[in-house]
Amino acid sequence: MWWSEKYEPVIGLEVHAQLLTRSKAFCGCSTKFGDSPNSNVCPICLGMPGVLPVLNKQVVNFTIRMGLATHCTIAPISIFARKNYFYPDLPKGYQISQYEEPICQNGWVEIELKNGVRKKIGITRIHMEEDAGKSIHEIDIDTYVDANRCGVPLIEIVSEPDMRSPEEAYHYLVTIRQLVTYLGICDGNMEEGSLRCDANVSVRLKGEKKLGTKVEVKNMNSFRFVERALQYEIERQVEALERGDEITQETMLWDANRGICVPMRSKEEAHDYRYFPDPDLVPVVVSEAWIEEVRRELPELPLEKRDRYIREYKIPQYDADVLTSEYEIANYFERVIKHLTHRTEEAYKLVSNWTMGDVLRVVNETHVSMENFPVEPQRLAEMVDLLVDGTISSKIAKEVFEEMLTSKETPRCIIERKGLMQINDPGVIGKVLDEILTRHAQQVEAYRSGKTQVFGFFVGETMKAMKGKANPKIVNELLKHKLQS
Amino acid sequence: MVQTYDRLRTALEQGTTTCEAITQNYLSTIYEKQHLNAFLAVYEDYALNTARSIDEKMKRGTAGPLAGMVVAVKDNICIKDRTVTCGSRMLEHFVSLYDATVIQKLKDADAIIIGKTNLDEFAMGSSSENSAFGRVKHPLKNEYVPGGSSGGSAVAVATGMSTTALGSDTGGSIRQPAAFCGVVGLKPTYGRVSRFGLVAYASSFDVIGPLGNCVIDVARVLQVIAGHDEKDSTSAYVPVPEYLIDIHKDITGLRVGLPKEYFDESLNSEIRSAIESAVNVLERNGVIVQEVSLPHTKYAIATYYILVTAEASSNLARYDGARYGYRSQNATDLYSLYVKSRSEGFGEEVKRRIMLGTYVLSAGYYDAYYRKGQKVRRLIRDEFQQVFQEIDCLLTPTSPTTAFKAGEKLKNPLEMYLSDIYTTSANLAGIPGISIPWGVDTNGMPIGVQLLAPQFGEPLLLRIAHFLESHRTM
Ligand SMILES: [Zn+2]
Repeated sequence: MWWSEKYEPVIGLEVHAQLLTRSKAFCGCSTKFGDSPNSNVCPICLGMPGVLPVLNKQVVNFTIRMGLATHCTIAPISIFARKNYFYPDLPKGYQISQYEEPICQNGWVEIELKNGVRKKIGITRIHMEEDAGKSIHEIDIDTYVDANRCGVPLIEIVSEPDMRSPEEAYHYLVTIRQLVTYLGICDGNMEEGSLRCDANVSVRLKGEKKLGTKVEVKNMNSFRFVERALQYEIERQVEALERGDEITQETMLWDANRGICVPMRSKEEAHDYRYFPDPDLVPVVVSEAWIEEVRRELPELPLEKRDRYIREYKIPQYDADVLTSEYEIANYFERVIKHLTHRTEEAYKLVSNWTMGDVLRVVNETHVSMENFPVEPQRLAEMVDLLVDGTISSKIAKEVFEEMLTSKETPRCIIERKGLMQINDPGVIGKVLDEILTRHAQQVEAYRSGKTQVFGFFVGETMKAMKGKANPKIVNELLKHKLQS
Repeated sequence: MVQTYDRLRTALEQGTTTCEAITQNYLSTIYEKQHLNAFLAVYEDYALNTARSIDEKMKRGTAGPLAGMVVAVKDNICIKDRTVTCGSRMLEHFVSLYDATVIQKLKDADAIIIGKTNLDEFAMGSSSENSAFGRVKHPLKNEYVPGGSSGGSAVAVATGMSTTALGSDTGGSIRQPAAFCGVVGLKPTYGRVSRFGLVAYASSFDVIGPLGNCVIDVARVLQVIAGHDEKDSTSAYVPVPEYLIDIHKDITGLRVGLPKEYFDESLNSEIRSAIESAVNVLERNGVIVQEVSLPHTKYAIATYYILVTAEASSNLARYDGARYGYRSQNATDLYSLYVKSRSEGFGEEVKRRIMLGTYVLSAGYYDAYYRKGQKVRRLIRDEFQQVFQEIDCLLTPTSPTTAFKAGEKLKNPLEMYLSDIYTTSANLAGIPGISIPWGVDTNGMPIGVQLLAPQFGEPLLLRIAHFLESHRTM
């Protein structure tokens, strides 16, 4: 960046993650996404007169999981507070959140940048809160409110202002997403809003200790937008400073269509939330035993998993990074490994190659989820086993894989049905070779007089004649032998 | 005719009356005394049908513990498919989707719910004048107030419109009208009775409690409505004792304290003598009465109004005209929808308290008011706890005066607030309190005396109250 010699951006992120509990935070309603509007509601989440909230324990469990995964201190006692503001999609006129005494504090996560450099980003706090409903605006006509989302549990993860570039912010967000999905507490879908991100951005001269005036950037609802919005906002601030202007503390909205940040109307942000402890809820008391129970059930986290892959399966770090980048990918990979008969390094590497290669390619092309991937781990494992024991060649494997995408047959069935079994019998291959050498006596002469490049021609002819089923290794060996004799 | 539940139950069991006849009787009284404006809704058909079905149960011997008890319910408690107006234009036509836990429990015990009683809007007031549907009148002198905010419930019980009634007490709203109307009013320990279905005024103060014509009647109702409720996280896990088991037990040797701060010059002299006569009765029967001190009492009213209005400002935010309740027809945009619906839908006192509460929670004022208020509240609570190390129970006046004339204090909110001076402390501390009638003043208006006990000390409270009641000299 042209400014990066002179200026340093300071970025902190606030990430909201929608928790995957089955029922809402304070009532028994379902959290299911996509049901018809106002179908998952009850007097409690609709804020009817006289109702009271009762905390869903699973919300606390999930939050402790995230707290432990981010090395936070889990508070033995934390308090729910009311955040008061008026909005049609906020039925009670306040949101139940945590303010002065959040459940998790003082943690950190490690992020890894493209160049392999690792950096610790501090986590200030993680707190529990409830989501608001959704306003559906019909331009110039009416506003409708869908209360299905009212009361769906969220955690807000607040980072320290430790990031120094949009790239770092991007990697931080990727890490947070990776963690919540690994922990099984959030589906991590930014486009659908189950993961939301706001940023606090300021810039200062390099070497300056004091923080600049911060601007809040909201509405960055995809990973790509976060990096672009921050880039835009940093440049806007640097340009302002270069002009000698002062930065005003304000809230900006990222406008994805125009690719710019627009200031929010000041009336919308002039909130005094009048936080105070919610008298309807008792303090959340978390015992040591409870924390230990959650810790015991904590799944393997991305970095641990990556290191284990390298250690246990002897795959390269690059492979391990790709495979552990998302929980679903790692899960698929491990399930294939589990079904392997050949438990060799060669087989592991093949599973890794196939997962990173053809499997991810199809996933990206068809947007099918890993969970519903048409080739089940068991069938891919069988195919890899067939590859390892030489029953099929990698060329045939491609054909088998394509076939498995549309049929439910096992690789063995496909091979048998289509007669794709690799021919390993030197006798059979030798016979075909002899025929080809006889038919192309001229080329044989050429080879023997030193034009060794015709070797490939013979291989090609043999494979063609044997419909690609010949074991290429045996073809090579026999051919070499026959041409030399 | 005013009758205790025990009499009714005996008559029912002897077959000399039926639930239907009893209910019919109360209904007649309600219509006869309509001018008192005690009821906002009367469930004539429902009550009679329920009465008939309970009569069947009586015959089969399967009737519940409150069979034949006719109960009036303050109109800030939800009953499924019935309006719950809270005495406000805001909720004039609002129908509840569910039963409050106390209502469910009363129904299960075969009580007959006869209707909804009038109150100060959203339970904010001490005179039942702040109702959008007209003031409740004192049954003895109609130009006087019956106290509040559970004024309708107190009048219903006092005049024989129901056997007992439910009220809610945030700062004295059960005890003060009970004193004004000459009935018994019990404010249970905070958390003893589920608040689920009680339209919130100040959540950390509100408690539902019974009013009745005798201590045993309120004990019977408490027995049914008390207990932990999984729908109310603030309801206590403390087991519910049998409130009637020890109620007749001798009180010799018990210690009763008179907090000297409750007997200053603002106390009406006739009420002072009433207390003295109660002290005489206790002492003659072997109770040790001693003076105690609760020095933070002088901060109670200020602390109370800071904290209560803060909670109220948040609790009442949901009435914004957007989803249910009153919606202004003059709104032009979202902001004016809020402003106009709330300006037109709420009465003066409610708006005053919302503004006060919004102010004390505002940035820059929170520490000076709300946080300090919380600290003083803790001090008051600790002070009570300490005093209860020395004594079993406190005896105080319920209110500094007897019933006053309607309109007398409306112009001066502060003076109105001071009528809660002896009752708010119990809500700040979360302790139980009971007001029982103790004679009348020269004007013929009832006087109430208040007993306060430690948290969950209802058995002792009821026992001493019952003793005083049966040794009434005035
Ligand atoms: Zn719900």
